[in-house]
Amino acid sequence: MAEKTVPAQNKTLSNREETRSQERYVTPPVDIYENGDDLVVMADLPGVAKENLDVRVENNLLTIRGKPSHLDAGDPIYREYELVSFFRQFELNEKVDQSKISAELQHGVLTLRLPKAQETKPRKIEVKVA
Amino acid sequence: MAQWNLFDDMEALRREIDRAFEGFGVGEGASHRVAFLPGRGPRRYPMINLLEDKDNLYIEALTPGVDPQSLALSVMQNRVTLSGEKSRTPVEIKAEAFHRNERASGKFVRTIDLPVEVDEGRIQAEYKNGLLKVTLPKADKAKPKQINVKVA
Repeated sequence: MAEKTVPAQNKTLSNREETRSQERYVTPPVDIYENGDDLVVMADLPGVAKENLDVRVENNLLTIRGKPSHLDAGDPIYREYELVSFFRQFELNEKVDQSKISAELQHGVLTLRLPKAQETKPRKIEVKVA
Repeated sequence: MAQWNLFDDMEALRREIDRAFEGFGVGEGASHRVAFLPGRGPRRYPMINLLEDKDNLYIEALTPGVDPQSLALSVMQNRVTLSGEKSRTPVEIKAEAFHRNERASGKFVRTIDLPVEVDEGRIQAEYKNGLLKVTLPKADKAKPKQINVKVA
């Protein structure tokens, strides 16, 4: 899994749109592991509601984008973090069956299941004893 | 008039630097000694933001993936203790199956000193989308009081 931390620039956008979409972001910590035929990606996205999460796979590029919503009461006295948008991209080096990707968001943790495409699964060849 | 002593000044500076770096990295500091105690580590977890308005204090903590059942909050005077457990990956996965393993897990305890006294009886906590929001109403004597100025 190669990582692309630099957001890919969408060349088709006009300059104006580009300046609008440029914003500060943090990279969420992730776990990526293989579980049987699935590639599982888990990401910590605290404060991100389902509506504000954008996950997409395009040309083997997995993009996770999330906008957290804040507690909007009061004035800050002490700050340890700032809730800015989450952004992270991964290049998938295995073929993924795009129609079977499932995503789940629970308690601020995104779990993505990316099933490997049929052709990339290791095939077991039975050896016949003649 | 006191005489200026270079060595006194250098000693004072050294002590100041030691104090500034206390709690960072692995050292002889207090954080190093508590690293082996259960539930206490040198790293502060979870990260919090403290906010206030006229009537309340608000604590917002980043606690993604924490089992809501394990979250516990206790208040003593103006000291809040937050504890809970962040669970591991739901299924047992062999170490070699991991491509990346960046998300931390385990139990945590954090104590936060509040700047004013709060009304312990009316504290409310809400856990949503991995964010913990605690509303702590200020004690009556900690609230600002408006004083009218009379024109004589």
